Amino acid sequence: MTSVQDPPPQDVQLGGMQPPAQGGAQPSVEPASPARTVRQTGFMSTVAALLRKELLLELRTLESVPGMSLFAVSTFVVFHFALNRNSVEGDFAAGILWVTLLFAAMLGVNRLFVADADQGGFDAFLLAPVDRSAMFVAKVLALLGYLVVLELVAVAAFALLLLGSPLGPALPGLLVTIALGDIGVAVIGTLVAALAVRTRARDLLGPLLALPLFVPIVIGGARATSPLLVASHPAWPAVRWLLTLGLYDLVFGLIAFALFDFLLED
Amino acid sequence: MERSSQPQAGLIKRGSRARGETPAYSKGLRTLSISTVIAMAVSLSLVFFYAPLEAEQGFLQKIFYLHVPLAIVALCGFVLGGLLAIAHLRTRDPRWDYRSYVVIHMSLIFAVGTLITGSIWAKGSWGHWWVWSEPTLVSFLIVFLLYATYQPLRFAIEDPERQARYASVFAITAGAFVPLNFIAVRLSTAYLHPRVLGSTSNLPGSMALTFLVSLAAMSLLFATLCKYELTAKHTRAQVRALRRRLEGQAEARRAPRSAAPSLQHVTAMTAAPPPGGRTTGQR
Repeated sequence: MTSVQDPPPQDVQLGGMQPPAQGGAQPSVEPASPARTVRQTGFMSTVAALLRKELLLELRTLESVPGMSLFAVSTFVVFHFALNRNSVEGDFAAGILWVTLLFAAMLGVNRLFVADADQGGFDAFLLAPVDRSAMFVAKVLALLGYLVVLELVAVAAFALLLLGSPLGPALPGLLVTIALGDIGVAVIGTLVAALAVRTRARDLLGPLLALPLFVPIVIGGARATSPLLVASHPAWPAVRWLLTLGLYDLVFGLIAFALFDFLLED
Repeated sequence: MERSSQPQAGLIKRGSRARGETPAYSKGLRTLSISTVIAMAVSLSLVFFYAPLEAEQGFLQKIFYLHVPLAIVALCGFVLGGLLAIAHLRTRDPRWDYRSYVVIHMSLIFAVGTLITGSIWAKGSWGHWWVWSEPTLVSFLIVFLLYATYQPLRFAIEDPERQARYASVFAITAGAFVPLNFIAVRLSTAYLHPRVLGSTSNLPGSMALTFLVSLAAMSLLFATLCKYELTAKHTRAQVRALRRRLEGQAEARRAPRSAAPSLQHVTAMTAAPPPGGRTTGQR
C-alpha cells in the first residue's frame, strides 16, 4: 500500500518518508533539510498534508467507506428480519439508526491505523519534525469524512427501507444530532484505534474499548433522534441531549488531543 | 518465556534504595490492617445493632451500608487510577503506573461486589435481579464493562514500557468517562423515575452516622488491600530477582507473562541475597 500512497506535494512528509536513504547517503543535506521543513510546516499545513494522504489512500484503495456503507445497509436488512417489521418509527427507528451507524463506524475505526502500523507510517511520521497532535487532528477529520459519506448512504437507505415516517421534516434536527454524534465518535474512535492498533488482539480490543465509551453518544443521539422520527409532528430534539453530546465531544476532544501524543512515542 | 524477561534488562531503574533495607511498600501495613479490622468491626456492629430498621424494606435495607460504600469507593478508585496515570505520564516513573494498575484492579473487584450487592438489593426491593430504571446501577455496569477491558489491553501489549504508557492513556480516558457517563445515564432516566434511595441528605441521623462509618471502613479496606497487593507484588519481584542472582539467568525464563506491570525494573535488581538464603529447594 505504500506504493499506492503518493507523497503529497508539500515537502512535509517527504522529509520523513525516506529517512534512512537520506540520513545514510547524504549527511550533508541534514542541516538544511530540517530547517526547511520546520519553516514550511505549520500545524495546519501538516494536518492538511496528512489528511490529504489519508483521503488519497482511501480513494485509491477504497478500503473503509464502501465497506462501512454496505455494512450499514445489510444491517438494516438484518434488523428488518430480526424485528419482523416493515417500517419503524420513534424509539425503534432512532435505536436502529444509531446502533447501525455506530457498528458501521467501528469498522472504519478498526481500519483507521492499520496501514500506519503495518507499513511503517507511524515510523515515518515520527521521524518527520512535525507536531504529533497533527496526526490526531488529521485522523479525526478523515474519520469524520468517512462518517459523513457513510451517513449519506445509511440515512438514505434507512429512509427507503425501514423508516415509517417522512424524512423531510426530520432532516434539520437529524443533521444537527448526527453531526454532534459524529464528532464524538470520530474523537473517541481515533483514540481507541490508536490504542488498540499495536496490540496483539487489535480487532477484538478496538470494539471492546469503544462500545462502552460510545454509550453516552447512543443515549444522547437516540434520545434526541426519537422525537424526530415520528409520523405526526416531529419535534425538535430536546436541548438536554444536544448538550450531552456537545459536552461529550468537548471533554473527550480535549482529553484525546492531550493524550494522543503518548501513544506515538516509539 | 523469553520475551517477557527480555526488555527488563534495558529498563533497570536505579532509583530503588533497597539494598537490604525493607522496601517502603510494607511500611505501615500492620497499622493500616489493624485499623481496618477495627473500623470494619465498628461499622458492622453499627449496621446490625445501632442503625434502625427501615420502615418499608426492613432488614434488607442494611445492604445499603455495604452496597453504596462499595460503589463510592470503587468509583473513587477508578478516578484515582486515572490521576495516578497522569502522574505516570508526567514523570515516566513506572511506579506510578504500578500504583495505578493496583488501584484500578482493586476497584474492579469492588465494582463486581457493587454489582452483586446492587442486584441482590434490586431483587429484594423491586423483585427483579436487574433494573434498568436505576441510573446509578446502569452507569456502574457501563463503567465496569469499560474497565473490564483494562487487563486485556495490558495483556495484549508486550513491551512493558509501552504497556504502561498505553494503560495510562486508557486509565485517564476512562477516569474522565466515569463522571460523564453518570451524567448521561442519570439524565436519561431522571425525569422518568424519581429516585427513592441512595442520597444521604434525607437520611435520619443514626443512619447517616452508620453510613459514614461504613464508608470510612470501606475506604480503609480498599487502602489496605491495595497496599497488600503492592507489597506482595513488590516482594515477589524481589524474590524473583534474588533467585535470578542465585541461579544465574536460568530462572529468568520462568517469569510468566502477565497483565500486571512488570516490576523487575522497579525493584532492586541489586538487592543482596540474605545470609543463609534459600539456596536449595528451588525447583
